[in-house]
Amino acid sequence: MILEAREIGFAYPRGRTVLDGVSVGVTAGRGVALVGESGAGKTTLLRILLGLLRPTSGEVRFDGEPLRLGDRALMRRFRRDAQTVFQDPYSSLDPRQRVARIVSEPLRSLGLDAAPERVAEALREVGLPEDVAGRYPHEFSGGQRQRIAIARAIVCRPRLLLADEPVSALDVTTRVRVVDLLAELRETRGLTVVMVTHDLAVAALLCQETVVLSAGRVVEQGDTAGVLGSPTQPYTRRLLASVPRLPAPHPAGAPVEPNSE
Amino acid sequence: MSLLTVDRLTVATPGGRPLVSDLSFELPAGGRLGVIGESGSGKSLTALAVLGLLPDGLRASGSIRLHPSGGAPAQVVGAPERELRRLRGRVATAVFQEPSTALDPLMRIGNQIGAAVRRTRGLRGTALRAATLSALADVGLDRRIARAYPHEVSGGQRQRAAIAAAVACRPALLIADEPTTALDVTVQAEVLALLDRLVADRGMALLFISHDLAVVSRIAERVLVLAQGSAVESGTVADVVTAPRHPVTRALLESARQLDAALEVSRP
Repeated sequence: MILEAREIGFAYPRGRTVLDGVSVGVTAGRGVALVGESGAGKTTLLRILLGLLRPTSGEVRFDGEPLRLGDRALMRRFRRDAQTVFQDPYSSLDPRQRVARIVSEPLRSLGLDAAPERVAEALREVGLPEDVAGRYPHEFSGGQRQRIAIARAIVCRPRLLLADEPVSALDVTTRVRVVDLLAELRETRGLTVVMVTHDLAVAALLCQETVVLSAGRVVEQGDTAGVLGSPTQPYTRRLLASVPRLPAPHPAGAPVEPNSE
Repeated sequence: MSLLTVDRLTVATPGGRPLVSDLSFELPAGGRLGVIGESGSGKSLTALAVLGLLPDGLRASGSIRLHPSGGAPAQVVGAPERELRRLRGRVATAVFQEPSTALDPLMRIGNQIGAAVRRTRGLRGTALRAATLSALADVGLDRRIARAYPHEVSGGQRQRAAIAAAVACRPALLIADEPTTALDVTVQAEVLALLDRLVADRGMALLFISHDLAVVSRIAERVLVLAQGSAVESGTVADVVTAPRHPVTRALLESARQLDAALEVSRP
């Protein structure tokens, strides 16, 4: 297991419990979706998995070893293997830096070779032309910015990508394109994606495993096909039933009334 | 005679760049029209233009006519603020994506709904209080919410409160601009059901703006597809999802189908 959360509990001082006894394991090549509604604790769990937040109880294990936030050598190794993408492509890129500098940031902070070729390669892999390197974030649309954020995440060739609602701020066509990109990176780079999402369709498209969280606890977890295809818990069923679905097209051959203006 | 008639509406920047161009559509009393398009397609500007609420500097030209049954027709484009204020609330009203921006954070929810009722329906005292409580009941909120401030309630309850304030004015037209985008999926389903019921019960017309075709199909009969400020297609939801004619609509539908199919595949 690359990354594992064991019996994680989290509570703010004198505050309510955010997570309670949550265990989630990430195996290489099997993406995990953390789904649930606002306040379920998805983002808190992701931050704990990223080593950005210390759990109140339980532990995170990275390659079988406890993730000690104070161990600099270990954390450096972890940072190289586990990168992240956030929800809002407008606030997660420094508006005063050129794209080349933004994308090469993980290389510099990890003390790796930050040659322009590596940046160019990452940009190419996310489907952006090379000349974007000299431009600023405000010159790009939301979808393109999210691609820049993904380029930054993959530039140091991590094994894991932990993303918090990476496509929920995007329009539906852009959303599908970025999902396709993540799926492609999963294939070409062997990247394992751990993703917080409230969008069950995105979970189904990208992750082999799904963990349903509600009020800080795991409600149901397992194969995505099983969890979303034949959910055993009423909460998961309610979540699925709430997703608005497209109406079916008219049956083939049925007359289509001419659209009137 | 339609309740809302938009004829060759253009909204342009001070530099003359059109953000909405040559847009025409009609909405009869009690009708439901979904407006869909991606970010920047001009759908929200269209909604704001109908209410005469365009941001400073943007200029509307063309015609937007509101004609409530039993009332005189009114032209929104070029109307002075005094006239627009008479239309807002009484004839047309709106709910937006983020209910916390629509509600005053320093005012109890009951007082906010009360203020809207008082201004549009001229009620005072006991009658006003009764109308406020019934407005809360209409959207499925407990009367105790009247005493709460917006930050004390959930996102779904805030959106219900904003809807209560909007429909308590008994408008002929409700404009809903991405009213469920910021909500969880279960809450979204509840709010859509609520809007569906309110619009049906009161014979209100609904202009529903969204980027999500599946959401629109849940609540509107007809749909208008915008791209880069222009209408590219319109028709019944059923026809548009069956036989989209414009490439923009096809791309939109294809993406929506891909996401929709992902949920289907995983079912045994």
